[in-house]
Amino acid sequence: MSQPTPKIRIMPGAQTDLSAATYQIDNETHTLGNALRWMLMKNPKVEFCGYSAPHPSESHIQIRIQMYDNLSSLTALVRALDDLDSLFESIEDAYKASLEHDNIAVWDEGR
Amino acid sequence: MAPTPESKKYNPRLHVGLLEERVTNVSSTDFPGHYPDEDHSWDLTKFKKRLQVKIQKLSARSIEFDLVGVDASIANALRRILIAEVPTIAIEYVYVWNNTSVMVDEVFSHRLGMIPLNVDPALLEMKENSSDQATDRNTIVFKLQIECTRNNSAPRDSTDSAVLYINSEVLAAHLQWVPQGEQAEVFAARPPAPTIPEIVLIKLRPGQAIEMEMHAVKGLGKEHAKFSPVATASYRLLPHIILDDANPVPSHLADRFRDCFSPRVINVDPRTKKVSVDKRGVRGETMSREVLRHPDLAKFVKLARVRDHFIFNVESEGPYEPQRLPLEAIRVMREKISVLKSAAEALRALGDPEGDIQMADT
Repeated sequence: MSQPTPKIRIMPGAQTDLSAATYQIDNETHTLGNALRWMLMKNPKVEFCGYSAPHPSESHIQIRIQMYDNLSSLTALVRALDDLDSLFESIEDAYKASLEHDNIAVWDEGR
Repeated sequence: MAPTPESKKYNPRLHVGLLEERVTNVSSTDFPGHYPDEDHSWDLTKFKKRLQVKIQKLSARSIEFDLVGVDASIANALRRILIAEVPTIAIEYVYVWNNTSVMVDEVFSHRLGMIPLNVDPALLEMKENSSDQATDRNTIVFKLQIECTRNNSAPRDSTDSAVLYINSEVLAAHLQWVPQGEQAEVFAARPPAPTIPEIVLIKLRPGQAIEMEMHAVKGLGKEHAKFSPVATASYRLLPHIILDDANPVPSHLADRFRDCFSPRVINVDPRTKKVSVDKRGVRGETMSREVLRHPDLAKFVKLARVRDHFIFNVESEGPYEPQRLPLEAIRVMREKISVLKSAAEALRALGDPEGDIQMADT
């Protein structure tokens, strides 16, 4: 029990070349799970990707990735995380631009 | 070339259809391999071209903004983070020295936790463990010391408890901040206090007194709803009302047709009685589907929503200005991504030689 839970680990049953593997991510929920699943599915080399939150009282999710051409699912996972970050970066930039340049209707809610 | 979402005709790739008793084409289909010979792989340039963020309305407490061109999983991640993972400060520990009010300690303590505080969470650190030592970097101390007494100068025929007694109501404003260590300087610009001073916490009568010390800490909404920075954070899809130019609403039905929708959604030309959809007003349509209940009107219209046009509504109920909340949510999300990325990279480095990977034991 002394060892801290790793943020990510590979569940038993994965292919040795990691072309198909289930990853367990500690302390994450649908928030990251669904967004990551979506980004992985945008990768044409991904044969299948799905995620689940196995039990509501356990704070981890599992994400299953299967690849075409015996590629590494871990590499695909890292790439998806990169892409997801650039996605949110562009949302951030667009939001800041709107905040600065757009003509925003300001109204008084009375409190 | 995919048509723009504003294209008038119903397009199952872009629109969610609304029938009387069911919705159609709910899920997005823009994945590689879904349509033969079409490339739907992730492309940042394409995404940026389609992406649109526009703040529509802003007040001191709420913001409405449009997020266009993203998948529901992205919009939902932002919404979930706004509710559960943007940190705020709330009272967590209450030390009761005296409480002779009608409310028991536990119930009153719970109530104290709910008070929204104006402390900028960026100025405080989060306690790693609840057993961690309280310091001036992670805890803000409030004091509440109040006693209700008779007001001897009240008129004899008065029945109003506010006149008869002194301190008959304990308000949020009665919480006194007790600066610790360097806090007097750090929080000088905006002394910690409840955001709304006039919240009634409890009513007292002569002889009843309360004396308490409270420790406020930084926390997340997923721990307890009192740490949630928002009153509501929600989104809905942009309504899309499709009229058929080849089959227009006849002039004698125009007014009845308009009345089936929310105000300012449908325009009827006063002279020609020509029916059109108001481009701005359509945002306010409630999608009641009233028009589909009238067979003579329903045949002129198709109801839909734009699948990737999210109208966010966020009400701030804490220290954050509403326009800052989405940025905080994005910051939290990017932090999550970077933490997981370094963990995944470490895992990859671990298994690199010989492609030998370490699998978990269980």
